[in-house]
Amino acid sequence: MRIIGPMPHVLLIEDDASVRDGMELVLRRHGYGVETAATGEQALALLAGERGARVELAVLDLMLPGMDGFEVCRRIRARAPKLPVIMLTARGDDRDIVTGLEAGADDYVVKPVTAPVLEARIRAALRRAEPYPRQGPGADRTDHAGLVIDRAGLTVTKHGVALALPPTELRVLLELSASPGRVLTRDQLLASVWDHTFLGDSRLVDAAVGRLRAKIEDVPARPRYVQTVRGFGYRFGPL
Amino acid sequence: MRRPVPRRPSGHGPRRSLRRSLGRGSRRLAGGLRVRLVVTFVLVALVSAVTATALAYRDARTAVLQRTQNTAVNDLRERVAVVGAGLDLPPDQRSLSRFAAKVSEGLGARIVVARHQDLTAVSDAYADTEGRITAELRAAVRSGDGARFQRVQWRGDPYLVVGTPVTYADGDRRTSGLEVFVITDLRAERDDTAALLDSVRTGTVPVVVLAALLALLAAGTVLRPVRKLGRATRELAAGDLGSRVAVRGHDELADLARTFNETADALQASDAELRAQEAKARRFVADVSHELRTPLAAMTMVATVLEEDADQLPPDAAHAARTVGAETARLSRLVEDLMEISRFDAGAVRLDATVTDLADTVRASLALRGWTDRVTVELREDVRAVVDRRRIDVIVANLVGNALRHGAPPVTVTLAAPGGDRVTLEVADRGPGLPPEAQERVFDRFYKADAARTRSTSGGGDRGGGGPGADGSFGQGGFGQGSGLGMAIALENARLHGGTIEAAERPEGGAVFTLHLPLRHPEEEEEGDG
Repeated sequence: MRIIGPMPHVLLIEDDASVRDGMELVLRRHGYGVETAATGEQALALLAGERGARVELAVLDLMLPGMDGFEVCRRIRARAPKLPVIMLTARGDDRDIVTGLEAGADDYVVKPVTAPVLEARIRAALRRAEPYPRQGPGADRTDHAGLVIDRAGLTVTKHGVALALPPTELRVLLELSASPGRVLTRDQLLASVWDHTFLGDSRLVDAAVGRLRAKIEDVPARPRYVQTVRGFGYRFGPL
Repeated sequence: MRRPVPRRPSGHGPRRSLRRSLGRGSRRLAGGLRVRLVVTFVLVALVSAVTATALAYRDARTAVLQRTQNTAVNDLRERVAVVGAGLDLPPDQRSLSRFAAKVSEGLGARIVVARHQDLTAVSDAYADTEGRITAELRAAVRSGDGARFQRVQWRGDPYLVVGTPVTYADGDRRTSGLEVFVITDLRAERDDTAALLDSVRTGTVPVVVLAALLALLAAGTVLRPVRKLGRATRELAAGDLGSRVAVRGHDELADLARTFNETADALQASDAELRAQEAKARRFVADVSHELRTPLAAMTMVATVLEEDADQLPPDAAHAARTVGAETARLSRLVEDLMEISRFDAGAVRLDATVTDLADTVRASLALRGWTDRVTVELREDVRAVVDRRRIDVIVANLVGNALRHGAPPVTVTLAAPGGDRVTLEVADRGPGLPPEAQERVFDRFYKADAARTRSTSGGGDRGGGGPGADGSFGQGGFGQGSGLGMAIALENARLHGGTIEAAERPEGGAVFTLHLPLRHPEEEEEGDG
């Protein structure tokens, strides 16, 4: 099922030893390599080190002693923009979820989470970092008024400057720009980007679009590339 | 598009009673204190004025008439004495006429009638005297030995008729057989007393008006504090426990105001204490749930491992492993539901509303939990409303889960839009139904209906060993043991949408739960961009 490699490495950042051990046990059984950290500081040190290079995804508890999860998330984003981050959060703590998504998390799961759910989210997040399927001949590289999207290389440049887009934001951009001018609903985006078949949290989409706009738009408050279609969803262009 | 929801007080009782008391205001006009006071004052003034006037009028009238009578009798007597001296008895018609004329002359030309046996003479030949001098008076004069008088009404006017027998002037005072009557016009006296009545009547009106004004003034001094007290009471009933009235003076009303303030103080104090206790209890529940979550997170994670390997374990251990898995899942649901209800209690819930196709949402909720085959649906298509889809899913999951768990098949789900402004979602089953006392309490937390309604305590047919994946991260909706909070959470979610859920028994048996939702149309959605 996996394409990237035989043993994807996951970094678990969780202060409670039992939860951490439980997750590690489950993930190892399902073929993941696991690194663990009990605090944000440890996690950042680990990511900066030799072992950090192998980590392909981070599972981050928001409630951490010392540096809180939001700050850890922001620092991970600054250091490794392409590393998917899944937050562990309390269900319904809306403020935490919104703040976490704004800090750059790609997805969240609610504690207590069952092993299959956690695994499904991890798989989906990893899949987002894979190359995007071709949209037809010559569609690998498209130029949208200065915003150049390379679907094969998974790179985006704006006026020649490379933009470091985290996988989720990149994926949202790829989905929308695949058919410029067509409206995609939040549900469609949730299904195609996050693999949420039903009742995904539309705030995931809104937050990802918000982060994406901050990077690709000239004036994020008046977006040209990713436009909101009130009551329906989002649309790429028209430019 | 997301909007915070104001905290809703948990008690509903006081509000309802307040509404009832506010309705009382309209009746106040008819029987109000002010009206009653004015009416009473006016009545008292009227009665006193009328009584005093009546007494005075009677006395004055009596005095006037008395004087007129006395004068008339005396005048007649004197005149008869003077004129009678020159009359020969028995008189003939001529001398009698002259006599009558002479008597009349001395009495200011009043009509005088003189009689002697069959002869009658009238001073004024044209005057009709028969109607005024009654047979009764004549009889009295003839049989008596002094002057007699009678007041008569003749052609609408009052007259005083005085009659006297004429006696001889010698010592034995024999009657001479001559009788003299004089008719005195009383119209002047009547007019005088009538004028008296008129002046009294015109004097009564200002007195009554004055009484009414005084009543209003009195009503004002009494009513103002009463009204203030009333307003304060209403504020208190509306939930403003800080409402007080100013105490002025030392009368009964001031006492009442003081008592009111003391009552309000006591109420406020005990309310604050209760609130503090309640908040503490709620915080405790929230804290406990929160604390339970970390160990549960670890258990939930490793329980999967146990369940996965259960097949390789000896039967007893396998059973134990599966039980641990199932119970861990149940405990998770319970803790999640506890936290959810704590959030409602704390007012920390928000509506994440978007335009949603309700039929799709119901179908997806059922499909997500593998209930599509167990439930008959009758869904009106294309009903789009601005709702929080996840919360609608929670409602559907809890209502249908409850019906599957406690009712009996077939479970039917009906979506309808009976009016343009609301939708109903009906979840009906054919189980033992809901007795009335259960209908009231079914939304209570941890309410357990009697055993008859709990069909599947063994859990045999439910949910098998399929694993928890299907209901994913949504706490509710597992179709095993409920947390006991599902219906309460469903109701809270309905209320958050401005709707409600009603429980009832179907006439043909079984229970039916109806979700009523106000339909907010897509146009009304306010969406913030960016």
